[in-house]
Amino acid sequence: MTAPLLEVRNLRVEFPTRRGTLVAVDDLSFEIAPGEVLGVVGESGAGKSLTGMAIIGLLEPPGRIASGQILLEGERIDNLPPDAMRRIRGKRIGAIFQDPLTSLNPLFTIGEQLIETLQVHLELDHKQARSRAIELLAEVGIPAPAARIDNYPHHFSGGMRQRVVIALALCAHPRLIVADEPTTALDVSIQAQIIDLLKKVARENGAAVMLITHDMGVIAETADRVAVMYAGRLAEIGPVKDVIHAPRHPYTSGLMSSIPKLGEQRESLAQIDGAMPRLTAIPPGCAFNPRCPKRFDRCMTERPSPMPAGANHAACWLYAS
Amino acid sequence: MPPDTLLELKDVGRTFDVSRPWLDRVLEGEGRRSLRAVDGVSFTIKRGETLALVGESGCGKSTVARLIVGLYPPSEGKIEFEGADLSDPASSPMRRRMQMIFQDPYASLNPRWRVRDIVAEPIVAHGLAPDRATLEARVGELLSQVGLAPQDGEKYPHEFSGGQRQRISIARALSSNPEFLVCDEPTSALDVSVQAQILNLMKDLQQRLGLTYLFISHNLAVVAHIATRVGVMYLGRLVEIADARDLFTQPRHPYTRMLIDAIPDLEMSGKARTPVAGEVPNPISPPPGCTFNPRCPHANERCRSERPMRIDLPGSRSAACHAVEEGRLSASGG
Repeated sequence: MTAPLLEVRNLRVEFPTRRGTLVAVDDLSFEIAPGEVLGVVGESGAGKSLTGMAIIGLLEPPGRIASGQILLEGERIDNLPPDAMRRIRGKRIGAIFQDPLTSLNPLFTIGEQLIETLQVHLELDHKQARSRAIELLAEVGIPAPAARIDNYPHHFSGGMRQRVVIALALCAHPRLIVADEPTTALDVSIQAQIIDLLKKVARENGAAVMLITHDMGVIAETADRVAVMYAGRLAEIGPVKDVIHAPRHPYTSGLMSSIPKLGEQRESLAQIDGAMPRLTAIPPGCAFNPRCPKRFDRCMTERPSPMPAGANHAACWLYAS
Repeated sequence: MPPDTLLELKDVGRTFDVSRPWLDRVLEGEGRRSLRAVDGVSFTIKRGETLALVGESGCGKSTVARLIVGLYPPSEGKIEFEGADLSDPASSPMRRRMQMIFQDPYASLNPRWRVRDIVAEPIVAHGLAPDRATLEARVGELLSQVGLAPQDGEKYPHEFSGGQRQRISIARALSSNPEFLVCDEPTSALDVSVQAQILNLMKDLQQRLGLTYLFISHNLAVVAHIATRVGVMYLGRLVEIADARDLFTQPRHPYTRMLIDAIPDLEMSGKARTPVAGEVPNPISPPPGCTFNPRCPHANERCRSERPMRIDLPGSRSAACHAVEEGRLSASGG
């Protein structure tokens, strides 16, 4: 197996508040290989976006990495000073966020924004940067890029804007792309186009992609492996086929069967009763135990770590040997 | 009108004025501009069924919902509830019998009111409870009906999660004993496991109380689960309407086919998704003829110039497409 491009080891993200410390991400470990797309799924508040923010070094204070390590190509990046991190961001790590409207500056043309980013990270003069910017726009599928480069963001539709954001994230050929809900704000017909684009980019540049989303359909189409998060912890991780068709963790099974599917008539959907605990009230033992149909004594007191379960790893005592 | 028809829309249209301010128009010599959000939409909803309207953002599905409950008056056409024209002031008692559930459970509940007051408001407004004790008993009953505890009435909305807030919205909508609920994306702000809880609750309530739903959604899988009939909208027009099973197994309109093909495939059967070309055009200046023609693989000269009317097809369905009408499109494959 090739050396992982990104390695996250025992990551813990905390938010100190007046009423005590909230642990938003707790003992999370995973890795992504070059050319691989890792999907990160979970419900709101599961800590998936915060994990992405911790990796790109943009945690909002008072949130902080309390312990653990993040390694990019074998080199620690979680303890770098802000200046060094800023040079890595954009050059070695590209970020794509949910809302393409707020990721672009409305006062500058997309050409100006692309050229600036290119010149910050690569040694190009203005003319070279401009022709590279046009190439990039063509790569992400913007028609007539030489004409559109001087347009402002508001001239573009939502799907086209997200393409521009992807072009911006790609401009320095980053090794890692962190995409946080890149298709959530888009209509289904545009979603498919953006997913295909992300896949193509990962394959062609050998970049690793961390795709954060709550949409299992998007994961099924895009990811090679999936990590399922629950209450800040890793519930299950494994190859996409196995997680979707043979989930091992009771939370993943519940989640999968609660998704309505086309071409399947059911009177009612399987549902997981209750809701994910608030960060102030995570139960002892396994965080999923109050909602789990298969819980037993050990789950109430002792916290499980991910352990081998079929082709996957699941943090569940059912698989303790 | 057949007796089991609850609601009928007859050629309903709605135009919004999207002109720039008067001074800008004068200075730059521009005229007024208008946007046809809903254009000639007709359909009927039978008692006890769920009609879903689907389409991409800006297709006018939410505007149709708002026209029906009377949040906007229609610019043209008629909306009839049990045969009574809703634009007629004499029909206002009918309004009690329809209620709406909104998308965002965080914005649709007053944060300063206790839940019991939120749920009680329609009962008080319509004068449905003779005294305080009846009112309290009714509120408690409504909260239990949606899976909350009667004691939850003492709390404020911020003490509840998104799914529980949507339950409160449903309890409020049910409090005036409506027969017809208009649900505008009721689960799209919720996580999937919570979405399943709310969809199950809605189906259960429909069976117990004999409700009729108009269900607006962009999520076709959710629609396939809950709807009996489905209407597909594109740029303000209803392009196809059919029984849910027929629509999903044998879509006729090229746009419906495109929407169904674009759904990410959870089964990972490896079926090739038809790449979708282009985007929804600007609704202020829609293309002439069939508005879908710039994205349609089957478009010809006629599609670019003549607007297709909805024609009836076998099996109580209809579609607005020249290619379907001329038989250029086979019934199953594309």
